Amino acid sequence: MGAIQNKVAGPVTDELALVQAAKRGDDSAFEELVRRYDRNVFRIAQHITQNREDAEDVVQEAFLKAYGNLAQFQEQSKFYTWLVRIAVNEALMKLRRRKPERTVSLDEDIKTEDDSLPREIADWSPNPEQQYTQAELREILSKTIQGLPPGFRTVFVLRDVEGLSTEETAAALELSVPAVKSRLLRARLQLRERLSRYFQRREPGNGKNDGVRGEDVKNKDVASGDGNL
Amino acid sequence: MKCSEFLSELTSYLDGVLDEKTKAELENHLSWCHNCYVVCDTTKKTIEIYRDSQLYELPEDLRSRLRSAIMTKCQQQRRRGPQSM
Repeated sequence: MGAIQNKVAGPVTDELALVQAAKRGDDSAFEELVRRYDRNVFRIAQHITQNREDAEDVVQEAFLKAYGNLAQFQEQSKFYTWLVRIAVNEALMKLRRRKPERTVSLDEDIKTEDDSLPREIADWSPNPEQQYTQAELREILSKTIQGLPPGFRTVFVLRDVEGLSTEETAAALELSVPAVKSRLLRARLQLRERLSRYFQRREPGNGKNDGVRGEDVKNKDVASGDGNL
Repeated sequence: MKCSEFLSELTSYLDGVLDEKTKAELENHLSWCHNCYVVCDTTKKTIEIYRDSQLYELPEDLRSRLRSAIMTKCQQQRRRGPQSM
């Protein structure tokens, strides 16, 4: 006679059901939550810290804090939004430790009256990303987003990469909805401006940009973050 | 509509959250203002490129190592009692 199988009442797919099971001490339910969101937390953390080891630490610390504080989690909000808030705070702490000379805050009102006004109006190639190899493209995107202030890139990542709504982003970052909207607009426009240097339509045969693709990636000063747009 | 007004509504336009009247005004502006058309189009491409980039994907081997470390620490933490945030 075989051992009595634990009854598995079908996969628990609902987030709230998983959270409630985890609160009752079901570690496999918590592990499922880790599986569900670890990639997102890692991406967010690396976007904020710009450092792979820090991002790994943030993933561990964020889930550990979530686990230790599950009892305090109010189930009116989404677990994922709550987890993102913990992860963002952990990532910002890492950034502060790494760059103590600079104030790193989501609340800082970055005084850039016209930093987002478009200056580079040239159109892009039809499929600009195809001008580069995958590795080159990743380097361009990574360096470009590094040049944004942390408060801008965090909003951009949550809204446009992770797909959180404006309200969820505001809740996760403890910002007002207008503040999220304003930062998102400026982040999008600044990224657009910086990417234009790589992706603008090139006139065929003028030789101006021929054969300098790799050098372009290396030489463009996209990571300066000095507001020199 | 001026270009600056167009720009201030750009994010809402790209997110599809504008009312019909404002949306029609923006699209009218786009139909004759080439600069705003280019800014709008390339901003949309910027978002799409980042969204599709698979930047900072978590490799599977690292992922399972992290998960296993998390679960071990969770169990240790439970034995020690609750932590503060």
